[in-house]
Amino acid sequence: MDGDPRDPEAAAFAELVSAGPVEPRDAMPDAYRALLVRQIAQHAHSEIIGMQPEGQWISRAPSLRRKAILMAKVQDEAGHGLYLYAAAETLGVDRSELVDALHEGRQKYSSIFNYPTLTWADMGAIGWLVDGAAITNQVPLCRCSYGPYARAMVRICKEESFHQRQGFEILHTLMHGTPAQRAMAQDAVDRFWWPALMMFGPPDAESAHTAQSMAWGVKRFTNDELRQRFVDMTVPQADALGLTLPDPELRWNAERGHYDHGPIDVDELREVVAGRGPCNAERMAHKRGAHEAGAWVREAAAAYDAKHGAARAEAVVG
Amino acid sequence: MTGWPLWEVFVRARRGLAHVHAGSLHAPDAEMALRNARDLYTRRGEGVSIWVVRSADLTASSPDEHDTFFDPAADKVYRHPTFYDVPEGVEHL
Ligand SMILES: [Fe+2]
Ligand SMILES: [Fe+2]
Repeated sequence: MDGDPRDPEAAAFAELVSAGPVEPRDAMPDAYRALLVRQIAQHAHSEIIGMQPEGQWISRAPSLRRKAILMAKVQDEAGHGLYLYAAAETLGVDRSELVDALHEGRQKYSSIFNYPTLTWADMGAIGWLVDGAAITNQVPLCRCSYGPYARAMVRICKEESFHQRQGFEILHTLMHGTPAQRAMAQDAVDRFWWPALMMFGPPDAESAHTAQSMAWGVKRFTNDELRQRFVDMTVPQADALGLTLPDPELRWNAERGHYDHGPIDVDELREVVAGRGPCNAERMAHKRGAHEAGAWVREAAAAYDAKHGAARAEAVVG
Repeated sequence: MTGWPLWEVFVRARRGLAHVHAGSLHAPDAEMALRNARDLYTRRGEGVSIWVVRSADLTASSPDEHDTFFDPAADKVYRHPTFYDVPEGVEHL
């Protein structure tokens, strides 16, 4: 399609992609623009919806220190969502269109946020595994072919490293606590391990967008390559924590130089992505409700600007 | 959702440095844009000063005219000190 070397426009774009980042006002194929809008919007929605599972535990954090840290982390995720909406807007869409698309179910967010957070240990498992998987996905995006997306990712990746560490620290503390606390940590990891591996998407053989996305320099590694990278980094950390990862097939393969692991449950992933996960309805209801509940703030700000903006304009004229 | 205008945010990291473009955001007015910019772009002490300007008020050169627009600078090598021959032994020049 767009990669046809006989098409001069496609050839010029391929050259631009290899020469360095594509910037908003450069000519680009419509399909490239559409792919980026879809991906960046979905990424932004994930950051915003991702505040919910952890936000539910802010009022129940076990200490003031943990509460302050969790608030800072959730606030960062809001910031990540805003950086990404801004990056998407450079492609000619309006943030309000994207938010509407989320609210109407026309755009998606990461399946991971449709799992419930049942105990405090889930804050540890999410920071360690979910943010860890997100970082693995996001680091290569810092060099993706679209400049504004890449720059947003650089900022996000800088902020993410504390997210993962605070999660690891929560689990480390629990693992040095009472038997009940250790059991709680293990239970959280048992529930979040497989959903975290699903964050990398379906296996390569079933991934619809990978080839084109890689040709355009948006994606630099396949789903399975990134999943493998995450497993390889995480297994030694689990050992250090004294936690067992719930995969009987997990073992070091000296020949490959990687850990072998079992396959993700593709049916479960498909169900959750299709909206039938444990918390999909709850997350969307909460998001729409929060948006509606905030309407008066937006109206008040607009009314304030109308009043004082008019007064300022008069003062300038006068 | 909101008809709020887009603002471009420039942050000075430290005294002595220029303001650098950090990103953009939506806000109803300049004051709110500054507050939002503080919360969004300086949560870790990344700045000592912020400028915000409405994106609509920026005028940018066009990438299509890149070559012709910047062409006048291309053939004036004599604007660079390396263009000039300096006799051996001459210092501080
Ligand atoms: Fe994030
Ligand atoms: Fe995060």
